[in-house]
Amino acid sequence: MPEGTLCNKTPVDTVEQLQALLADKSGKQYYEEMTQLDVDAPALWATIQKTFKSRMRTWLEICSHCGMCADSCFFYLANDRDPTQVPSYKIQATLGEIVHRKGRVDNAFMRDVMDTAWSKCTCCNRCGLYCPFGIDTGVMFSYLRGLCFSQGFVPWEMKIGSGMHRIYRAQMDVTSEDWVETCSWMCEEAEEEWPGLEFPVDKPDADIIYTVNAREVKHYPEDLADAAVLFHIAGENWTVPSKGWEETSLAMFAGDWAGCKQQVEEVYAAMDRLKPKRMVVTECGHAYRATVIEGPYWAGLKSGKTPIESFHYVEWVAEALRTGKLKIDPAKKIKEPVTYQDSCNYIRNGGLRECAREIMSYIAEDFREMKPCGEHNFCCGGGGGLNGIGRYRPQRNVGLKVKRDQILATGAKLVVTPCHNCWDAIRDLEEHFKIGIRWSFLKPLLLKMVIVPEHLRPEE
Amino acid sequence: MYAFLTGPMAWIAFTIFFVGLIWRGIWYVRGLDWRLDRVTYGQNVKYGIRGAVRSIARWLIPYGTHSWRYYSGYTALVFIFHIGLLVVPIFLLAHNLLLAERWGVRLPALSDAMADTLTVAAIVAAVLILLRRIALPEVRIITRFYDILLLLIAVTPLWTGFLAYHQVGPYQFWLIAHILAGEILLMAIPLTKLSHFLLFFLSRAQLGMDFGIKRGGMKSKGMEW
Repeated sequence: MPEGTLCNKTPVDTVEQLQALLADKSGKQYYEEMTQLDVDAPALWATIQKTFKSRMRTWLEICSHCGMCADSCFFYLANDRDPTQVPSYKIQATLGEIVHRKGRVDNAFMRDVMDTAWSKCTCCNRCGLYCPFGIDTGVMFSYLRGLCFSQGFVPWEMKIGSGMHRIYRAQMDVTSEDWVETCSWMCEEAEEEWPGLEFPVDKPDADIIYTVNAREVKHYPEDLADAAVLFHIAGENWTVPSKGWEETSLAMFAGDWAGCKQQVEEVYAAMDRLKPKRMVVTECGHAYRATVIEGPYWAGLKSGKTPIESFHYVEWVAEALRTGKLKIDPAKKIKEPVTYQDSCNYIRNGGLRECAREIMSYIAEDFREMKPCGEHNFCCGGGGGLNGIGRYRPQRNVGLKVKRDQILATGAKLVVTPCHNCWDAIRDLEEHFKIGIRWSFLKPLLLKMVIVPEHLRPEE
Repeated sequence: MYAFLTGPMAWIAFTIFFVGLIWRGIWYVRGLDWRLDRVTYGQNVKYGIRGAVRSIARWLIPYGTHSWRYYSGYTALVFIFHIGLLVVPIFLLAHNLLLAERWGVRLPALSDAMADTLTVAAIVAAVLILLRRIALPEVRIITRFYDILLLLIAVTPLWTGFLAYHQVGPYQFWLIAHILAGEILLMAIPLTKLSHFLLFFLSRAQLGMDFGIKRGGMKSKGMEW
């Protein structure tokens, strides 16, 4: 059987397709159909010839097989130094083979490739920092995911995620109406405590356009209220767009490049429509990576930059603390040992290491760095979409060991995790290993210690 | 034989070396694509140059990067091996005399003791690199026969030259073996993955620009390699 009804080479573009996939619990039928899915070798090879250019060809060719990437990979370390987890091996055995065989690979091979591309690499790009030739295997795995997606060999949840973006322009089935409604609901809730609080939607010419992660809307709406309150305290002139409010991109994790383009263009259109001065995105790593770092390229923006200047939440917080828009009550600073989870997407791949340190210097008395940290920090263990894929839960849980040991070595019981993926991974890590830690986004921590200006204080 | 190797064959080897490397460079740069690579090579040039220079310079310095420091023993072998391979052939007195005789140019020459030390150190490093390849499971699994062959091609001019110069065994034989080995190496550089002779710089520059322009370089002091 070439194409299944659920597992096939066609991306999900309609609600019916999406619902059929969702109805297939855990993707049971989906993965069964995948065992029969044909590989379109000529199409695969044609794509490679068009898109696999000198940068990656050189990476594959000149790799001197020295093994210096081995210890850079948390999967290799977590799996007791299993040689099949060496990044160079993983990419040569998958992408390298596909290229070597000019795309003539079979179904079983492609299923293996899929398993490697999503369960043995989170595209954290750490190996790229350890290769003398600058071979970034994470970049190649991301490319490989694109090849897999085009052939229909993609984990069930990723196919759904990409479909969500194509249909709702959000990673979950949250419509524009749902979103606007949630904003006003959260505003009403918070208003009781914060008189005069606003949650302005589609306000033109604001200083800040704030964009989020759909799961805040669906599962953690209090995060939206927290963001509104902090902007309120800081006296910011801000807004959210009714359309183009979602920054994340499961399409990026899925390798659905057309879906990625559609998603970021919606956000850029909101920037163009409302003409804010700058954009701030919530505490999410891959959202920033997708919309601010990679997005301009998907959208074909020659400057390589978003239409307006874009900031991660930690940049806004660092600036607000630095300029005194937010003031911390010294008595309420975090007294206990606390550590910070550097997100691959905005620290290693976004250059924001110093922002995170600056924030910690304002809010913590006993800040302890993980080792290694900053650009060299290990992935939380759940990046690249891995947290969300049921099929690879065992592999993900093994990978968490590295982060567990890093956190334990700091002696801290509190981990600041301004990234949804890291936050989830560390929550699951605690659930799995029970090491007695807590984890938190910045917003709730800041709200506990910020000094509220006199005129904004709720009446007693 | 000697006349052939130092005459036509030398011309062939040097031609392949230079033309091959130029072709490699052109092929690499022409194959860069701002949209596919997702790096604006032609925009934000200042950040690109800074990223590229940083990315190359840090890695040329022994122990200049986290990775070099992490693998401290292997790093020593890599640098000793490459210094021997690059410095000895260019600054060796015997090569310089040849150069002066044929072309009338002379470069500063190494002392005999220095040349010997660098040569022997590089040979020992090559042997240890080979043993490491076999001994460590994470390196063994990615090792191909091709990798060992290339190591052999790279190191053979050193030990044959050493034997010839010190006249250990039949001088003529080792001399011819040395010249031949050198020519094979010169030709292998552009034709095999020894092309990292040039592509190291281009690939490092590329990733440096990637980080310098797109991945945080415009918001930080630059990647801490």
